Amino acid sequence: MSNAPVTCEALIIGAGPAGLFAAFQLGMAGVSSHLVDVLPHAGGQCAELYPQKPIYDIPAHPRITGAELTDRLLEQTRPFSPLFHFNERATSLRKLDNGRFGVEMDSGLAFEAAVVVIAAGGGAIQPKKPPLRGIEDYEGTSIFYAVKDKAAFAGEHIVVAGGGDSALDWAMELAPEAKSLTLLHRREQFRAAPASVRRMRQMVEAGRMDFRLGQLRQLIGENGQLRAVRAANGRESFEIPATRLLLFFGLTNKMGPLAQWGMEMQGGLIIVNTADFETSIPGIFAIGDACVYPGKLKLILSGFHEAALMAQKACRRVHPDEHHTFVHSTSSRLAHKPS
Amino acid sequence: MIKITFIGPDGKKHETEAQEGMTLMEVALKNMVPGIEADCGGACACATCHVYVDADWVAKKPQLTQRSETEEDMLDFAFDVRDNSRLSCQIKVTDDMDGLIVHVPEQQG
Ligand SMILES: Cc1cc2nc3c(=O)[nH]c(=O)nc-3n(C[C@H](O)[C@H](O)[C@H](O)COP(=O)(O)OP(=O)(O)OC[C@H]3O[C@@H](n4cnc5c(N)ncnc54)[C@H](O)[C@@H]3O)c2cc1C
Ligand code: FES
Repeated sequence: MSNAPVTCEALIIGAGPAGLFAAFQLGMAGVSSHLVDVLPHAGGQCAELYPQKPIYDIPAHPRITGAELTDRLLEQTRPFSPLFHFNERATSLRKLDNGRFGVEMDSGLAFEAAVVVIAAGGGAIQPKKPPLRGIEDYEGTSIFYAVKDKAAFAGEHIVVAGGGDSALDWAMELAPEAKSLTLLHRREQFRAAPASVRRMRQMVEAGRMDFRLGQLRQLIGENGQLRAVRAANGRESFEIPATRLLLFFGLTNKMGPLAQWGMEMQGGLIIVNTADFETSIPGIFAIGDACVYPGKLKLILSGFHEAALMAQKACRRVHPDEHHTFVHSTSSRLAHKPS
Repeated sequence: MIKITFIGPDGKKHETEAQEGMTLMEVALKNMVPGIEADCGGACACATCHVYVDADWVAKKPQLTQRSETEEDMLDFAFDVRDNSRLSCQIKVTDDMDGLIVHVPEQQG
């Protein structure tokens, strides 16, 4: 926690489409940016929730997928070399005596920024956690929401809970190396691809993995080491040995501590003025799905517009002594700078 | 006016007034009923608007527990799913629901 903060001109919280385009617009206005995102990659909802789905309402792109849009936006920011910090969740902000902002991540990483741009969408995108007592004690040791390192599952008693593609794919992938593997799901039907369901049933028949009908009720273990889970199917309740538990219940957005930073809010979103997208705290801006104003539409397109106006005001705060003139990208030397 | 009561996991009652045609999720948000998050805004794509239809009402109006296939799929992302589980964005309020009671689960996710 005692690490010196990273000093920067603009700190952008959230590397979704709005945050990425903000880095471009700020760059055009002569401001350099750092971006933080709790996800391990850029693109926000487009990359995390619908990378393969085509989007039809991006001007001049009759059809572009979420993943393609993300790649293009990243390419567009490149002349300005923004710095990315992934797997970092912004948790606290305070105004410093020098008029700048101190922003801290939950990892302890800290920034000191002249302006803060909140492009946090609906909040940090994170896996859904079932309401099981003591779950936090096991997270990262026995309980996981994704597989980062397959080796951590070899030779273990694994329970995979869920009925979608991730649950089935990982169950089948991990079964060969596991001591035991049980797929736990609440019903006989699966939302996963029919081909995967067929393959999973074959593996169950061949005795290479188990399938149990039921829902999680209780975690059994101590000191962060899980031993078993208790599950129930209607009235019937049973225990399954489990030293690793993988949970696949989809994702949710959580604004979390950010909502308590002191900006005026409405319905969980940050109120901004539509001339420059500044919040009720001068120097803190909000754009994209995170902001609200009369007539706000949660569209990627709106986030782009909001980023452009924000940058015009933010640059004056970062460099108050410079003369700022508006330039078209066609005449800007900055945007043409070879990367 | 159609009266609808949401009961929280702590037993706390939230009495609301609904209009025909609204979804139960919209009624909950409008009245700031805690525990209905509705991340996806009613698109049946998040399962954070999960409720349990009160047992008396299941007996009175069994259609209230009829779920579409998409809703059933989406419920895979909810916790402690029971026979009387519904996604509240998929229930349209009608005149005959006056007095309806639904229970809000402990956690949406
Ligand atoms: C299925 C689906 C289809 C859609 N289709 C369209 C469409 O066709 N056209 C359209 O215009 N829009 C569409 N949208 C909406 C569009 O995706 C959003 O409007 C857009 O992603 C908002 O961009 P954003 O950058 O504001 O936020 P997001 O994309 O939500 O990105 C915000 C980022 O901030 C991060 N973050 C949040 N809080 C923190 C924190 N405290 N610390 C660190 N990081 C944080 C999040 O992890 C996330 O990566 C669709 C959305 C969905 C779910
Ligand atoms: S609001 Fe998302 S499923 Fe009902």
